[in-house]
Amino acid sequence: MEVERNVGNFAYPETHTHDAGVGLTEKTIHYISDIKEDPDWVREFRLNAYKTFLSKPMPTHWASKDLEAIVFDNIRYYLSAGTQPKRNWEDVPDDVKRTFERLGIPEQERKFLAGVEAQFDSEAVYSNIKKAVGEQGVIFVGSAEGLKNHPEIFRKWFGKVIPVGDNKFSALNSAVFSGGSFIYVPPGVKVKHPLQAYFRINAENFGQFERTLIICDEGSELTYMEGCTAPKFNTATLHSAVVELVALKGAKLQYITVQNWSANVFNLVTKRGIAHEDAEVKWIDCNIGSRLTMKYPGVIMKGRRARGEVLSIALAGDGQHQDTGAKMVHAADETTSNIISKSISIGQGRATYRGLVHIPKHLKNCKNNTECDALLINATSRTDTYPAITVRGTGNSVQHEASVSQVSAEQIFYMQQRGLTEAQAMSLSVNGFVNDLVRQFPMEYSVELKRLIELEMEGSVG
Amino acid sequence: MNRLSISNLRVSIGEQEIIRGLSLAVPKGEVHAIMGPNGSGKSTLAKVLAGHPDYKVTSGEVLMDGEDILALAPDERARRGLFLAFQYPSEIPGVTIANFLRAAVQARLPEGEELEATDYYARLYEKMDLLEMDRSFTSRSVNEGFSGGEKKRNEILQLAMLEPKYAVLDETDSGLDIDALKVVAHGVNSMRGPGRGILVITHYQRLLDYIVPDHVHVMVQGRIVRSGGKELALELEEKGYESYDEVKDEAGQPAMA
Repeated sequence: MEVERNVGNFAYPETHTHDAGVGLTEKTIHYISDIKEDPDWVREFRLNAYKTFLSKPMPTHWASKDLEAIVFDNIRYYLSAGTQPKRNWEDVPDDVKRTFERLGIPEQERKFLAGVEAQFDSEAVYSNIKKAVGEQGVIFVGSAEGLKNHPEIFRKWFGKVIPVGDNKFSALNSAVFSGGSFIYVPPGVKVKHPLQAYFRINAENFGQFERTLIICDEGSELTYMEGCTAPKFNTATLHSAVVELVALKGAKLQYITVQNWSANVFNLVTKRGIAHEDAEVKWIDCNIGSRLTMKYPGVIMKGRRARGEVLSIALAGDGQHQDTGAKMVHAADETTSNIISKSISIGQGRATYRGLVHIPKHLKNCKNNTECDALLINATSRTDTYPAITVRGTGNSVQHEASVSQVSAEQIFYMQQRGLTEAQAMSLSVNGFVNDLVRQFPMEYSVELKRLIELEMEGSVG
Repeated sequence: MNRLSISNLRVSIGEQEIIRGLSLAVPKGEVHAIMGPNGSGKSTLAKVLAGHPDYKVTSGEVLMDGEDILALAPDERARRGLFLAFQYPSEIPGVTIANFLRAAVQARLPEGEELEATDYYARLYEKMDLLEMDRSFTSRSVNEGFSGGEKKRNEILQLAMLEPKYAVLDETDSGLDIDALKVVAHGVNSMRGPGRGILVITHYQRLLDYIVPDHVHVMVQGRIVRSGGKELALELEEKGYESYDEVKDEAGQPAMA
């Protein structure tokens, strides 16, 4: 079964003015720090992280042997278009505009992009903070600008939610990070429109190591949306991001990702949020494409009545492995968490759910709800579920439901009898499976997701 | 030309032959009924006409308005005007009736032409009123958690929306109480007309009190053994299918559904 990928399978000539070359040594780190004019503390942070990276083993013992295919010496760790962040649409290079066009981003949404930060390769090529947001005191900049211009906030939280040594790839990211967003929302400010960042990789053998840090101060609210597609190349591409979220007392922070990596990308991402008292951190995570994705967004519920939520959809195409899930760490009384995970496996695709729920003995009245549903398209498709739920103490409750279903031949025949092609029937069926989750997404993302599923299903039958 | 014409059809599933040389023609403008005992192959015939992949046609032909449809995929047959109301319609979780029917109607439009949403809903509501269906049905997932009666009503709603040239109704009366039966029959009767041929498959005569056929055929052991007018249905109701036992003996081994 051949999975045709129509999206992302294109590339434009590269015009990188800075290139750290292939492979990773201390010299590479210094090169990156020089180019980015890092403050000393950042240079030191990177060098320490590099040592941690070298000392950490690959997490192959519990994931996939496929990780061994990554050859760190063949990867480029820094590339820059050599351009400063731009604020006007007119200044955006034509290449980039063509890419948006090719991705089928609707005219209206392209206009909306005037208010987003878009990252191309490792630098923000285009960045335009929506005026209204700036007027509210919200800081929305690239991570490089964040650490230079707002060190008093940046340093306080950077690397605190996800320590450098959390895993080998968070260490790698900490050593070579570039790009990503830094957002600070002042107390009580409710950001009405979601902030968006589009980015994509456009260089062969080039790993993208963006670093995002978002802080919602007391009582504030923010929705952040991240979407990405990558062009297809013959050799493996590594994407290893770190995203840290902090929701202070009473804040609400929602982070949405819809991604569609090409089938050769290793997507190894660490995402975690801390929710303080009465605060809420919600991850909405859609993983489509890639060769191997390992991603388990987590929430540490640190304050009383904090809430954590992960809604995730994973679509594993033929030959792809989506190893995704969620981590919920309850660290205060009356905290609640909710995990809803849906996965679809096509052809020889494999979807793995890993969930960690931790409620220690001394806590009272904590609740977790976990639901994971898997849909198998073909007899060769595979799904595994590994829930790790540790609940101790009294008055804490956990609920766990899991289901595996298959698109039945009778269902497809029924839909075909109504005039739908096999591919249309399949994509309708898959869209139906994820529908109750997708309904919770912002409109433009649910439309985009539906389109991505259709494209994926078109290639899966025939 | 203007007919659904089946000649010398033979169909097997695995080693088992279920339809054994069946011939039948349903011209446009007529309603034909096939009656027969359980296991006579009635439902198989319905599925074979629609192109179900489990069955193998070993010989014979099926022409729709003169065109052989046996080589066509199920969706192509459907788009060319063949409709099957299923005995056991599938559930499609998460897909609403409104979206499902919209996709089905859209699939019949020429490429590049978009269905006008307001026209579509106007028509949908009109047909739902005809079938006494609540508007809330449009936002329910197709057949999910439906009662037997609701499923059958939903089949007839789709029939009404898709306006096929030929409709095959497979045991549409099963699982219906008398009130629901009347509503469904009313829906089917409203679809009768010179542009459409209808084939009603049923075990019981009851449905034919409300959808009065022009012709009745008796199917036993994968063949049509007798054809007649609507009065034949009454005769079957009275005498049952026992009188066709000798046919069964001739046919040899028993057939399956």
